Amino acid sequence: MSKFLLSVVQTMIERFELEERTFRDETTLMVSPENIVEVCRTLHDEFDFNMLASQTAVDYWPQEEPRFNVVYQMHSLPQNVYLCLRVPVPGKNPTVPSIVEVFPNANWHEREIWDMFGIRFDGHPDMRRILMPYEWEGHPLRKDYPLGYEEVQFTFNFDEIDLRKPYVKE
Amino acid sequence: MGLEQKLGNMGVVTTTLEQAVNWSRTRAMWPLLSGLACCAIEMMSAQASHYDMSRFGMELMRASPRQSDLLIVAGRVSRKMAPVIRRLYDQLPDPRWAIAMGDCASCGGVFNNYAIVQGVDEVIPVDVYVAGCPPRPEGLIHGILTLYDKVQRESITTWK
Repeated sequence: MSKFLLSVVQTMIERFELEERTFRDETTLMVSPENIVEVCRTLHDEFDFNMLASQTAVDYWPQEEPRFNVVYQMHSLPQNVYLCLRVPVPGKNPTVPSIVEVFPNANWHEREIWDMFGIRFDGHPDMRRILMPYEWEGHPLRKDYPLGYEEVQFTFNFDEIDLRKPYVKE
Repeated sequence: MGLEQKLGNMGVVTTTLEQAVNWSRTRAMWPLLSGLACCAIEMMSAQASHYDMSRFGMELMRASPRQSDLLIVAGRVSRKMAPVIRRLYDQLPDPRWAIAMGDCASCGGVFNNYAIVQGVDEVIPVDVYVAGCPPRPEGLIHGILTLYDKVQRESITTWK
């Protein structure tokens, strides 16, 4: 860890009482949902973390509680360091405050997380589906969502499946 | 022999209306300039100079569906895109044909999941399926020639 990153991590841990994990070269801070906007604003204003490299979510069902983790990758372009933030979110009515005012590019990332996982973001100006069709029900990347495959048509079952396939005539 | 040969020497050819119209439909069939995914690259290269499709009548591709005859569905069709493909096909004026190019358009291809339509024939009626992932430009041209054979065999009672 570089000196700059070390100092950033120390300050953040003291100020917000976070937990730190390191794996190989990646430093992760566990943040609670109430603090995330403050943490991002501090990183952006004070410590020059001017780029939100990516924002995704992970579903750990059924192995871990809380079920979802929203993952933010922060990048500081002047200092060339990466910092990862994780926000554990429970499975019932998952909500996280939106960081759109701090990093405007989080707009589409948060829409994708809503579409794929069902995690709502408070304060997001335009919460609707971005990858699936607009009236789709369900959140595909959750672990309890079915794969949605259809039976493969080989020569031995060709005719049975052919009867069931929804061809369109005109 | 006889009358037709003498007329042929004078430069007159006799044929049926059916054959003449089908011949003219195959000789200048313009596809729609639209592709979805990787198969579109092969469609572009089939249209380019190396594997020219203009020698088969597809001189150019029309950007507007109102001015084209053929819809080549080149690439995977997602559930969000399916109504759009249907609308494009509906906007093609008669006579119109559709080619499902590649594995994803024919049967869903490698993508057997919730997001990809398993074969574009769930959305539009397809005349010719071209297999391949992606089909080589020669493969697409073979599919187009198959379509031309199909059009030549159309009968006057099935025209629209």
